[in-house]
Amino acid sequence: MAKLPPKEELKKVKYSLPDTAWYNTPVRFDPGTYCYGEKAKGVTILDLPNPREWDPQEEDWKLLPDWKETIKKGFKNRLEKFRSLKLFMDICVRCGACADKCHFYIGTGDPKNMPVLRAELMRSVYRGEFTNSGKFLKKLAGAREMSEDILKEWYKYFYQCTECRRCSVFCPYGIDTAEITMHAREMMHEVGVGINWIVEPASNSFITGNHIGLKPHAIADSVASLVEDIESITGVKVNPTFNRKGAEVLFITPSADFFADPGIFTMMGYLLLFEHIGLDYTLSTYASEGGNFGLFTSHEMMKRLNSKLYSEAKRLKVKWMLGGECGHMWRVVHQYMNTLTGPADFLQTPVSPVTGTVFEHASATKFVHIAEFTADLIKNKKLNIDKTRNDHRTITFHDSCNVARGMGMFEEPRYIINNVANNFFEMPEETIREKTFCCGSGSGLNTNEYMETRLRGGYARASAVKFVQEKHDVNLLTAICAIDRAALPPLMNYWVPEVSVSGLHELLGNSLIMKGEKKRSIDLRGDDLVLPPSESEAAV
Amino acid sequence: MKIILSSLLPFILSIIVYVTTSSGNMHYFFGVVFPYSAFFIFMTGFIYKIIDWSSSPVPFNITTTTGQAESLKWIKQNKLESPAGTISVIGRMAMEILFFRSLFRNTKHYSNNETPGYGPEKSLWLFSLMFHYSFLFIAVRHLRFFIQPVPQIIQLLESFDGMLQVATPVLYLTDLALVIGVTILLARRVILPNIRYISLPADYIPLFIILFIALSGIVMRYITRVDIISIQAMTMGLVTFHPVIPANIDPLLFVHLFLVSFLFIYFPFSKLMHMGGIFFSPTRNIAANSRRVRHINPWNYDVKVHTYEEYEEDFKEMMKSAGLPVENDHSQENIK
Repeated sequence: MAKLPPKEELKKVKYSLPDTAWYNTPVRFDPGTYCYGEKAKGVTILDLPNPREWDPQEEDWKLLPDWKETIKKGFKNRLEKFRSLKLFMDICVRCGACADKCHFYIGTGDPKNMPVLRAELMRSVYRGEFTNSGKFLKKLAGAREMSEDILKEWYKYFYQCTECRRCSVFCPYGIDTAEITMHAREMMHEVGVGINWIVEPASNSFITGNHIGLKPHAIADSVASLVEDIESITGVKVNPTFNRKGAEVLFITPSADFFADPGIFTMMGYLLLFEHIGLDYTLSTYASEGGNFGLFTSHEMMKRLNSKLYSEAKRLKVKWMLGGECGHMWRVVHQYMNTLTGPADFLQTPVSPVTGTVFEHASATKFVHIAEFTADLIKNKKLNIDKTRNDHRTITFHDSCNVARGMGMFEEPRYIINNVANNFFEMPEETIREKTFCCGSGSGLNTNEYMETRLRGGYARASAVKFVQEKHDVNLLTAICAIDRAALPPLMNYWVPEVSVSGLHELLGNSLIMKGEKKRSIDLRGDDLVLPPSESEAAV
Repeated sequence: MKIILSSLLPFILSIIVYVTTSSGNMHYFFGVVFPYSAFFIFMTGFIYKIIDWSSSPVPFNITTTTGQAESLKWIKQNKLESPAGTISVIGRMAMEILFFRSLFRNTKHYSNNETPGYGPEKSLWLFSLMFHYSFLFIAVRHLRFFIQPVPQIIQLLESFDGMLQVATPVLYLTDLALVIGVTILLARRVILPNIRYISLPADYIPLFIILFIALSGIVMRYITRVDIISIQAMTMGLVTFHPVIPANIDPLLFVHLFLVSFLFIYFPFSKLMHMGGIFFSPTRNIAANSRRVRHINPWNYDVKVHTYEEYEEDFKEMMKSAGLPVENDHSQENIK
């Protein structure tokens, strides 16, 4: 891993433009600013083409001789199958409204990170290969023929886009760079060009059901140790089950919640909540990954991984499904899953067994987001909550890109935070809700060798956290996304070390007054609680 | 370089048209043949593009939700930003098309002491809106040349447009607005370094053509005061398919007509198609109801999956040792 430059250096972003036009400016692969290439192992497991060992920094990418034809064929195929792609290739007027909306542009100053130019990397090839004016007028029409240099440019910049869709909010035609990036990555995968941090987790998910490759017993063990931790902190024994047929609800969450700090504390929150309300639920080791690295690979890979969710629900004969806190999982569940692997006619329209609320808006997918589920419980006063147990936290909330712009969930998490904690402050409005800034590591870019670019990409988010940290003494950044829980801690550690990162249900778990619990002195992650004055005296 | 070339194109073409029509032998070509061909190419190209877009599938519901979506009953949905039904989708699209809603959101990033900040930036929205509406107004006003007798609504528009009552003939506000709008859109492309960096000839050309169209029209109306009656005779001849070219038509009219025709031809092959395309944008024109209504992908196909049965085969012993239930326990059957 390349050595990280100090903060002071990384903050000095040069927004100057190169002397050469963008199509004459070659790409560079400097350590820390590119992701390692896909390795043969994962490529083989997933039946992707051209398994080999290669290094993007080297001149020779060991491409197959017909790679260019494959790209052209793939491009044509996608133009016929996706109105979005065809339209977005045709109608951009290069007004530049998107230019300064990208967190990677803000953090690097590289003009190719302006969404308009990122898309032009592909649009120029579209014009050169598929339009008459482009074939005839060439550079005058901004057209290029596909070349190896362009492929390298694509690799660099379509893996420097987190598919966060912030630019699409501001585009007068709703042009969505995420859509363009997804197609560029698909085409590159067809010629054996991809990053290992996506291919390996996708291959793990394919075989074991989760992207770290946890085998069934390891998942059971991890959860068992969380159950022990819960008991020692709260005195309450929770009883999660796995692969249990006939449960009412199948609960699916990103696998990082089983084993990775701070996701495990969120997992403890879920387990406490389910115990609190006596939910009849099961976890699955087969469908043990809510997240879907297929989304970052191709539409086909998304379906190959996603299909486990409904098929497991069917096998276990549950009534409906409940999903944990995850960004891209919910992009898939919300906007792709039912289309790809539905209809879910073997399930029932979700009804909360505690409040009787019918989740009409999820009546086709039969999949409820945990924040919706919990907000409904709180609204109906079904939870016994002690807000003061989060008094040692001053919280701000990060809207995760996919949940925000791919699902439109803004109020539910805020409602929960306000009901389980006393100190909550919003970041500036240009950096939250539909205008939220990405953590800088989304869409499968949260790999260590890419840390410099990730820290640059996350600088816009970190600066907004810094603002509330200085103004309100914020010390906790809460998010409802597993990639956030993995990517924000190093980001905070670098830019705003005063702030830790948590999931939403960790806060809920802290605040829940469980039946038969012992007096709590620490929170779920083992930090001391702020005791009321009378009790602290007694403790002394 | 790109900029100069792009401005030279309409300029040189205009001069050619002016010279050839002044000397007299190209009237029929620039007054009849070229406009008819241009209109034909425009209609065919535009319709082809629309059919091409509308016949290509929309495999997924990829709405960009820019406000609270439909959720629990007591959570207030933002119907225009995350529409869940047809009526609110129409509302959202109307906001986009009539008021450029998304562009109105625009902000400007600045670096303050190496910390990013964001300020409002409404100028692009304002001048785009001004440009598009004045262009539309002017186009509608021009219908007086193609409909006889002139409908009352057009006369109404004209008097509204000329409400300042200054200059003779009376100054149309939209003429002023169009020139200001198009000039500012051009100027920002030339002046703002980032915008200049991303601009192609295809971005300058239409702006220059439109500027030249506006200027030639303005010169005819306010300065050379061309003979409207004979122009009207000519344009009515065009729409009734009985083309006539009166003798006293000003060469500038041919330039004006040529540039408009040129724009018509250029239109379907260029980014100007955003006019039709905006209606099709899948991130805006689909209801955000994908969990309530199943969106159908016409080409959805089966893929290779790792089934539960395969999974159990791979990990059966581990599952059993961890006390997890399994479906087919062959080892137990063997013992029996």
